Amino acid sequence: MNQLIAFYNSSIGKKITMSLTGLFLCTFLVEHLVGNLILFAGEEAYNSYTEFMVSNPLIRAVEILLFASLLFHPLVGVLLWIANKRARPNKYEVYKLNENAPLASRITMLTGGLIFVFLVVHLRTFFAPLRFGDVHPSAYRLVQEAFSDGLYSAFYIVALIFLGYHLRHGFQAAFQTLGLRSKKYIGLLDAVAFIFWFLIPLGFATLPVYFYFFFNSASTAAKAMGVN
Amino acid sequence: MNVTLKVWRQKNRNDAGRFVTYEVKDISPDASFLEMLDVLNVDLVKKGEEPIAFDHDCREGICGSCGIVINGRAHGPGRGIATCELRMRVFRDGDMIVAEPWRAKAFPVIKDLVVDRTGLDRIMVAGGYISAKTGGVPDANAIPIPKPIAEEAMDAAACIGCGACVAACPNSSAMLFVAAKISHLALLPQGKVEATTRVQRMVEQMDKEGFGNCSNNYACEAECPKEISVLHIARLNREFIKAKVL
Repeated sequence: MNQLIAFYNSSIGKKITMSLTGLFLCTFLVEHLVGNLILFAGEEAYNSYTEFMVSNPLIRAVEILLFASLLFHPLVGVLLWIANKRARPNKYEVYKLNENAPLASRITMLTGGLIFVFLVVHLRTFFAPLRFGDVHPSAYRLVQEAFSDGLYSAFYIVALIFLGYHLRHGFQAAFQTLGLRSKKYIGLLDAVAFIFWFLIPLGFATLPVYFYFFFNSASTAAKAMGVN
Repeated sequence: MNVTLKVWRQKNRNDAGRFVTYEVKDISPDASFLEMLDVLNVDLVKKGEEPIAFDHDCREGICGSCGIVINGRAHGPGRGIATCELRMRVFRDGDMIVAEPWRAKAFPVIKDLVVDRTGLDRIMVAGGYISAKTGGVPDANAIPIPKPIAEEAMDAAACIGCGACVAACPNSSAMLFVAAKISHLALLPQGKVEATTRVQRMVEQMDKEGFGNCSNNYACEAECPKEISVLHIARLNREFIKAKVL
């Protein structure tokens, strides 16, 4: 037990907490995207999917792990950030980190912070009514109405861009911390990382684009022409 | 060529320190950065002023003594070089150059550009060695080591312990230094024997010294004069997890 506490308290141990919680959140993103894409299958399919998600006990159990990760990942991240600031009390007069480190690796606190703000809003918009409330007329309509708001859709897409940048650094960093990045696997890891930092956020972005530009297009066009 | 040098002057550990600007004239573009400081110091001595203190020894990039943050870069602009290998020709005539010491809580400034890097030595003392019996020199090929492994261990062993990784890291982390030492020994049969205790002790000492945590920015690799790969950090993490968890 003492050994485990010592492990967690070490610099590498804290980093491993970051990587494991981060990777767990990445697996959640896959599930979430698959669920979201069911929206394209139509109203009925999506409504039954959300019903299944709310009522399934296994999902409820995993949900606890998910919220624990959502809290621990930023919490440990902030603690590490504070500790790291303390490791250099006297700042450099000139410090050109930008010439040595990629952009994504330098802005993880910023991207992470915005993703956290986004999550609070996101949980309020979708998770809370679906999980605890009674949605009228349906889950599908809740999503469609939210995304018909241009401001909300824009915020959603901006958050996804930040998520992309966060994962651009975070995904490979998680494997580096777990000691799994090596000459043998670096190519494979970069390929899988591309799926996570580019394709998955892109997949999520199709929804606000679809609902804002295409779903309402018939009625918007009619309004523009003065036909009610 | 002429340059304006804005350099950190600090009398001793307790002095607050400040930047002082000097005009350095008629410097050969082929002079090294340290030779430019030598020229300036001769002038300062002639004027009866205290010369600028800076670490140096071999002046050919193999000893790891020198180390100055020049224009925001550890060992100055360029890749794979120590400060002594930086030539004045990379700057333009009339340039303003800012020279500062390595800045980290674990590297307190002793004087001007000289910092206390004994923290790295203490990490080595904690486990950066093999407990070999002394005596006759063993036969070189008594233990066969595959060429790729030997090469990788040699790449890690190239670390000269200058501390540029710490200076370049936004978190003042010494992970690349520790990783190079761990990797170098863990890859070889002689080092494997004590690998488990070594990694735990060295990481524990690294944390005790007040170095920051690695956040995988990889600025260390970019500034390392020996271009040591961050994949050695992955191996350090692997060795640490193996030792602690498995």
